[in-house]
Amino acid sequence: MIKRLILTALLGLLTFPAAVKQAVAQQVATAAAPTPVAVQSFDSLLAQLPDADFAAKRELVTALANEGSPAALTVLSAMLDGRLLYRLADKVVVVSASDSDPLVISDAKTGKSLGQAPASDFEHVGTNNGLRKALRGAMAQLQLSSSDAKLRLAAVTELTPNLDEEAIALLRAHFTTEKDSTVRKAMSNALAIADLGSTDAKLRLAAIESLRDSLNNEIFARLNAMAGSGEDATQADPDPAVRGAAATVVLHMQHWRSFYSSIETLLFGLSLGSVLVLAGIGLAVTFGVMGVINMAHGELMMLGAYTVYVVQQLMPNHIGASIFVSIPAAFLVAGLFGVLIERGIVRFLYGRPLETLLATFGVSLLLQQLVRDVFSPNNRPVETPQWMAGSLQINDVLAITYSRLYIILFTLAVFALLLAVLKRTRLGLEVRAVSQNRGMAKAMGIRTEWVDAMTFGLGSGIAGVAGVALSQLTNVGPNLGQSYIVDSFMVVVFGGVGSLWGTLTAGTSLGVASKLLEPGVGAVLAKILVLVFLIIFIQRRPRGLFPQKGRAAEG
Amino acid sequence: MGITSQLSALLKTDRGGRVFLAILFAVAVIMPVLHLVVPESSALHLSSYWMTLVGKYMAYAMLALAVDLVWGFCGILSLGHAAFFALGGYAMGMYLMRQIGPRGVYGDPVLPDFMVFLNWKELPWFWHGFDMFWLAMSMVLIVPALLALAFGWFAFRSRVTGVYLSIITQAMTYALMLAFFRNDMGFGGNNGFTDFKDLLGFDLHKRSVQTSLFVCTAVFLALSYVACRYVVTSRAGRVVAAVRDAESRTRFIGYRVENYKLWVFVFSAIIAGIAGALYVPQVGIINPSEFSPINSIEVVIWVAIGGRGTLYGAIAGAVLVNYAKTSFSTALPSAWLYFLGALFVLTTLFLPRGFIGLGQQWRERKVSAGRAVAAKA
Repeated sequence: MIKRLILTALLGLLTFPAAVKQAVAQQVATAAAPTPVAVQSFDSLLAQLPDADFAAKRELVTALANEGSPAALTVLSAMLDGRLLYRLADKVVVVSASDSDPLVISDAKTGKSLGQAPASDFEHVGTNNGLRKALRGAMAQLQLSSSDAKLRLAAVTELTPNLDEEAIALLRAHFTTEKDSTVRKAMSNALAIADLGSTDAKLRLAAIESLRDSLNNEIFARLNAMAGSGEDATQADPDPAVRGAAATVVLHMQHWRSFYSSIETLLFGLSLGSVLVLAGIGLAVTFGVMGVINMAHGELMMLGAYTVYVVQQLMPNHIGASIFVSIPAAFLVAGLFGVLIERGIVRFLYGRPLETLLATFGVSLLLQQLVRDVFSPNNRPVETPQWMAGSLQINDVLAITYSRLYIILFTLAVFALLLAVLKRTRLGLEVRAVSQNRGMAKAMGIRTEWVDAMTFGLGSGIAGVAGVALSQLTNVGPNLGQSYIVDSFMVVVFGGVGSLWGTLTAGTSLGVASKLLEPGVGAVLAKILVLVFLIIFIQRRPRGLFPQKGRAAEG
Repeated sequence: MGITSQLSALLKTDRGGRVFLAILFAVAVIMPVLHLVVPESSALHLSSYWMTLVGKYMAYAMLALAVDLVWGFCGILSLGHAAFFALGGYAMGMYLMRQIGPRGVYGDPVLPDFMVFLNWKELPWFWHGFDMFWLAMSMVLIVPALLALAFGWFAFRSRVTGVYLSIITQAMTYALMLAFFRNDMGFGGNNGFTDFKDLLGFDLHKRSVQTSLFVCTAVFLALSYVACRYVVTSRAGRVVAAVRDAESRTRFIGYRVENYKLWVFVFSAIIAGIAGALYVPQVGIINPSEFSPINSIEVVIWVAIGGRGTLYGAIAGAVLVNYAKTSFSTALPSAWLYFLGALFVLTTLFLPRGFIGLGQQWRERKVSAGRAVAAKA
C-alpha cells in the first residue's frame, strides 16, 4: 500500500512540471487569442495596419471610425490618398505630407512633425478598391458625426452627387439626429434626389414636391429630364402624373432662376457702371470748371494703377494693407502730375479748349512712353489682397465677387467724399464759383489761377484713385488709359459737364444698359449700340442730362 | 474764262500753293523717272520702297487737306476723319479682293479667302457688284459722303459744337473700329483685306503699275488742292470762314450755318475717302486699326504743325511729321513717342499757326519793322 502511495506521489511529481507548463501555456494561449477588434484602442488598431490583409484592414478601418479618436479622420484620409506609411524597421505608422523624397512625416495620432526621412525606409499601407470604398464610407460617417456644422455640410455636399445605398442609409441615420437647419436641408435634398430614382411613383411625387424651392442646377436638369423636356427624351418618367408634377415644378424653378439671373445682371451692370463713374468723375470736375478736356486722364488712371504695383513691390509681405496705402499714394502721385500739367501747359492755353485737347493728348503720349521706359512695355502683375478674393454666394444662382462689391462701395465712398469737398470746403466753394462765372469770381477776390491748379490736381487725383480700383479689375499696362478714355468722355458728356450727380447717373445707367444688352447681342455690339445711342442723345440734348444753368454757362 | 485763266486766278494770291504745286509736279515727274528709267546700279535709282513711301505720304497729304478744310477753314475739329479715309480704303479693298478670284489660297472663284475660312456659303448682299470697277469707285465716294451727311445732319442741326462735337466724332470712329474688328461683319475681321493681286487687270506687283498709282495719287492730290482752293476763295468759302470766326453772328446775319457746315463736311469726307482708296493699293493692306481714334488725332496734329487755315501748310505738316515718324521709327523707336508727344505740346503752345505760321510771323515782323522805320523817317 505504501509502495502504491510513493509511486503515485513520484508520478505526480514528475507530471507536475508538465501540468504547470501546460497550464501556463493554456493561459498564454488564452491571452494571445485576439480580443474583438471593436474594443481595441486607437494605437493598437494603428499598429495592426501594416501586417493586416485587405479584409482585416476593412475591419480595422471600420473600428477606427467607430473608436472616436479625433485623429481617425486624418489617418483615414491619408490612407485614401496613399500617404499613410509605416517604417520598415519598427512598423511605426506615420502620415506623410506628400510623395516627395525625402518624405516629410508626422505622427499619425498627434500630428506632430517628425521631420524628414528617406522614402526608402518606409512602405505604403496599401489599399484596394474595396478598401477605398470602405474608407470613403467611414470618412463620410466620421464627417457627418463631426461637431463642426461646416464639415457636416461639406460631407453631405460631397455625398450628394454619388448616392449609393450606403450613403443613403448613412444620411437617413444622421438625418434624425441632425440639429443644424442648413445641414438638414442639404440632407433632405440629397434624400429627395435619391427618392427621384425610386420605383414607387408616390415616393417620386413626394420627392419632386420637396425639391420645389431648390435653385440647384443639377436638380433642375434632372427634373427637366424627368418631365420629358430635357435633351434626352428617354429619361422622361413613365408615370404621367409624375411627369406633370415635374413639369410644374420646373416652371416654378425657371421663374425664380431667371429672376435671380436678372438681379445678377443688374449687379454686374452696377459694377461696370461704378468703374465708369470712377473714371469719369475726375474728368467731370476738370471739364466743369475749366472747360478743358484732359486727354491725359486715362494715363493718370494708369499712373494710379502703377502706384499700386510699386506699393506692392515695396511691401510684399503686407498685400492686404497695400490697397489702403495705395489709395492716398495714388491720389498724391496723380494729383502732382495733374498740377504739373496744368501749370506747365494748360495754363497757357486758357480759352482755347481745342488746343488744350491736343496738348493734353501729347502729354498722354509722353506719359505712356515714360511708363514703358521706366517699368516695361509688358503688363505688370498686381495682386489681389486676400480680403478681396472670393465671392459672396447668395444662393445657388446668384453670386458676386467681393472685388466687384467692394469697388461699388468704394465708388460711392469716393463720390460722397468728392461731393463733400465740393459742397463743404472752402476750396469746393471757390471751384464752384469759378466754374459758374469766372470773371465774377475773380472780381470777388478768388485767385482763379490757384483754383485752376487745385481743380486739375483734384480731378487728376481722383483719376489716380480710380486707377487703384482698375488695377484690381484689369491688366496693368501702359495702354490701360487708352481703354478707358473714350468711356470717360462718354460718361461726362452724357451726364452733363460739371455735374457730379450727372456723372453718377450717366455712368451707372451706361454700365447697366451695356450689361443688359450683352446677353442678347454680345459685348462688342452692346458697346457699339451704347456709343450710337450716345451720339444720337448728344444731338438731342447737347449739354447732357444735367447741364449747368446760368447765362455764363451758355457761353 | 478758260481753265488755265481760272486756275491762275485761283493761285494768284496763293504763293504757297504755287510753290507746292511746282514741287508736286517735280516729284511726280522726276521720281518715276528715277525709279523706272535709271538703272538699279546707279546711285540715283529710287527703289520701290521710296515710291511706296512717298505715295503713302501723298495720300496722307490729301487726308490732311480734308481735315484742314473742315478745321482750319470751318472750325469743325473732327477727330474722326480717319474713319472716312478707312471707309474709302475698304471700298477699294473690296474691289481688289473680288479681283483675286480663284487665285486666292482657298481657290474659290467668288468668295474671298476669309469667307471660305469662316465657312460662309455665299457673298453677303453688300459685296455684290464690287467686282465692277465703276461701282467700287462710286462707293469710295458715296459711302464716306453718306456717313458724313447723316452724322453732320444730326450734329450740326442740333448745334453741337466745339469739344462735344470732337468727342462724338471720336465715338463714331471708335464704334466703327469695334464693328469692323468683328469677324462676322463680312469685312475680314481683324485681319482686314490683303494679298491683292491686280487692279483693272494690271498686276499690282509690277513696278510700272506701282509707278502709275504713284502718279495717279499725285494727280488727285493736285486736283483736290485746286478744288479746295476753289471752295475757299469762293463766296461760300468766305461764309465758311465767317462761320469759323463768329458762328452766332453769321447765323444772325441770315446765313444757314448748318447747311454750309454740312456741305463742307461732306466734301472733305469725299476727299478723305479718295485718299484712302489711293492709299490701299500702294500699301497692299487695309485693316480695322485704320479706324482707331488715335489715327484721327494724328491727322489733326499734322495739320496743326504744318499750319491750319492754309491748305499747303496742312500738306507740309503731313509730309514732315510722317517723314519724322519714318526716320525715328527706324532709328530710335522708343524716342518716337516722346518726340511726337513733345511735338503736340510745343506746337500748341508756341506755334498756334504751325511752321508755316512761323514764316508768316517772320515776314510780318519784317513788314512792321519796315513800317516803323518808314514812320520814323
